[in-house]
Amino acid sequence: MTPTNKSINHPLDDLLRTDRIPHIWCPGCGIGTAFAACLTAMKASGIDLEKTVMVSGIGCSGRGAGYVMLDSYHTTHGRAIPFATGLKLANPELNVVVFSGDGDLFAIGGNHFIHGARRNVDITVVCVNNLNYGMTGGQVAATTPLGAKTTTTPVGNPDGPFNLPLMAYAAGASYVSRWTILHTRDMTESIKDALLNRGFAFVEVLSPCPVNFGRRNKEKALDSLRLYQEKTIIKNDAHPSELDIDFERGVTLGKFVDIERPTCIDRYDATCRPPEMLEEEKAA
Amino acid sequence: MKPAVLTGAHFMTGDVACAEGALAAGCRFFGGYPITPATEIAEHISGRLPQVGGTFIQMEDEIAAMASIVGASCAGVKSMTATSGPGLSLMLENIGLAVCTETPCVVVNVQRAGPSTGLPTLGAQGDMMQARWGSHGHYEIIALAPASPQEIFYQTIEAFNLSETYRVPVLIMTDEMIGHLSERVVIPEAKAIHTVSRPKARGRKDRFKPFAPGPNGVAPMAIAGEGYHIHVTGLTHDERGYPDMTVEGQEVMMSRIVGKIRNNLKDIIRTDSYLLDDAEIVIVSYGVSSRTSLAAVDEARAQGIKAGLFRLITVWPFPEEEIRKLAARVKGFVTVELNLGQIHLEVERSAGGLAPCVLVGHAGGTIITPDRVLKTLKEAF
Repeated sequence: MTPTNKSINHPLDDLLRTDRIPHIWCPGCGIGTAFAACLTAMKASGIDLEKTVMVSGIGCSGRGAGYVMLDSYHTTHGRAIPFATGLKLANPELNVVVFSGDGDLFAIGGNHFIHGARRNVDITVVCVNNLNYGMTGGQVAATTPLGAKTTTTPVGNPDGPFNLPLMAYAAGASYVSRWTILHTRDMTESIKDALLNRGFAFVEVLSPCPVNFGRRNKEKALDSLRLYQEKTIIKNDAHPSELDIDFERGVTLGKFVDIERPTCIDRYDATCRPPEMLEEEKAA
Repeated sequence: MKPAVLTGAHFMTGDVACAEGALAAGCRFFGGYPITPATEIAEHISGRLPQVGGTFIQMEDEIAAMASIVGASCAGVKSMTATSGPGLSLMLENIGLAVCTETPCVVVNVQRAGPSTGLPTLGAQGDMMQARWGSHGHYEIIALAPASPQEIFYQTIEAFNLSETYRVPVLIMTDEMIGHLSERVVIPEAKAIHTVSRPKARGRKDRFKPFAPGPNGVAPMAIAGEGYHIHVTGLTHDERGYPDMTVEGQEVMMSRIVGKIRNNLKDIIRTDSYLLDDAEIVIVSYGVSSRTSLAAVDEARAQGIKAGLFRLITVWPFPEEEIRKLAARVKGFVTVELNLGQIHLEVERSAGGLAPCVLVGHAGGTIITPDRVLKTLKEAF
């Protein structure tokens, strides 16, 4: 029997710009899985999708904004968070989701990340961490493991990587978690929690980049998934200082921070606005 | 609580008048970062915005400040930032994003002497070409150069109106002298202030094309949360906003974003003149330098020299047509500016060899005296 068009529809089609498919992501890449988890979480969370905006920076993951059938902004390299901050502060009714990569958010955009977390801007940041700059062909990143080979560290990376959840925690994020694309359900659930958290919520998603990172480090696509299965341990509430990524010793996944503290807008209103204005707004 | 429009006569600096002009224009978001000599704009507006329902945020650097105002404008709020040379250098990346995504916003540059950290507290006009060409790629942009606190008030309103009309970043290229100069500023009643908002998206939401141009070449703008599900990217894009990585796509997009300015020069360009009708020698100047040029014109006239002033209010796009017409009938041009020859080059280009052009320039840090202008004018012509 020939399948009808209806039968081949994807359950997320209503949230996709199907006229932009095929996407640019390579075979074996994990971004699509993280992206699908993000869209599934958006639906499941019950947030008003008409008021939901996706913002991306530049890079492979940064193309996410281009595929979502919501208001979506593909901005400049590293600047998704300050752009998202402007969107959110200008219209607090918007749900703002930043979907971008490790190079974008933590090297060129690192300063913006820590300040977004410090202010507790009420946005959700999903970072697909594939340990390298994939789009430009596999250069060393701020997340590349010590010793790993990339096109700009041909004999091995002399520097160590950031521990992203530790940075998010130290800077003041109100929600911090880490999953891999193998842990699809946990990841989806976590992104949903992050969307519902009032504050700066951060989800790190470990994802393979077999074409640009794996092949230079004797790690095929399935090898990465095997590491995600065999060399990870789920330990909710683990202290963020214990979250270095070292697959020889094991990598900790889970939800590490989930608190509520006043957001950037809460504090601005309470501190800067005339009290009579706030009363008027409440009455309205 | 003070109203958004401070109707009445005031004694205020150019920086404060700029902030008040922004509020009168409807600006309700300011993303800033401190820098001399522009800091007073952020200081003043940080107190005023929350009183009128707006938001001020001091970002972590000028890159973030610029990104935040582009984001805020995409949420439908008139947005602004203010800086000086080193800050403008950092903002240029996201000024390019605003050009490419056609996002209205206003950027104030209270110029100080450069390059690099230069003379932070002393004025100059050395960023004029940076304003025109500073972000990468070829584009058109609008820049204004007010010459007094009163004018900066009105030109800030005008900057927002032009920015909203043409969906383009507008730069206010003032200078430390005007920014820190205190003068009488008269603010009219709110109803007497003409403000413009961007053309709004209409029609079926599933068929809306966010970059399909209207009659004047400008596309109506959908804002985040309106339900149009727009995609906006700094990549070359088609009328749907989708990336279009083709030579033809580049051609079409560039023709539109350049054309919407080039085809509306009459509506955009503003100039002013003093004793120009019978002038044989034309001083071309803007900002603080146009004020010293006025004195030079008066002195020249007193000595029997028929000099006049052609003052640029809009610096970009450059009024080349007006210069060309003058070139056909005058003895020559003297460009007076606090740099070593930037707008001078534009005057020379526009004169097309029909009249000689000389420069009275200065490396910056102080004003150019009328004496120097007069001396050069006499020597050259």
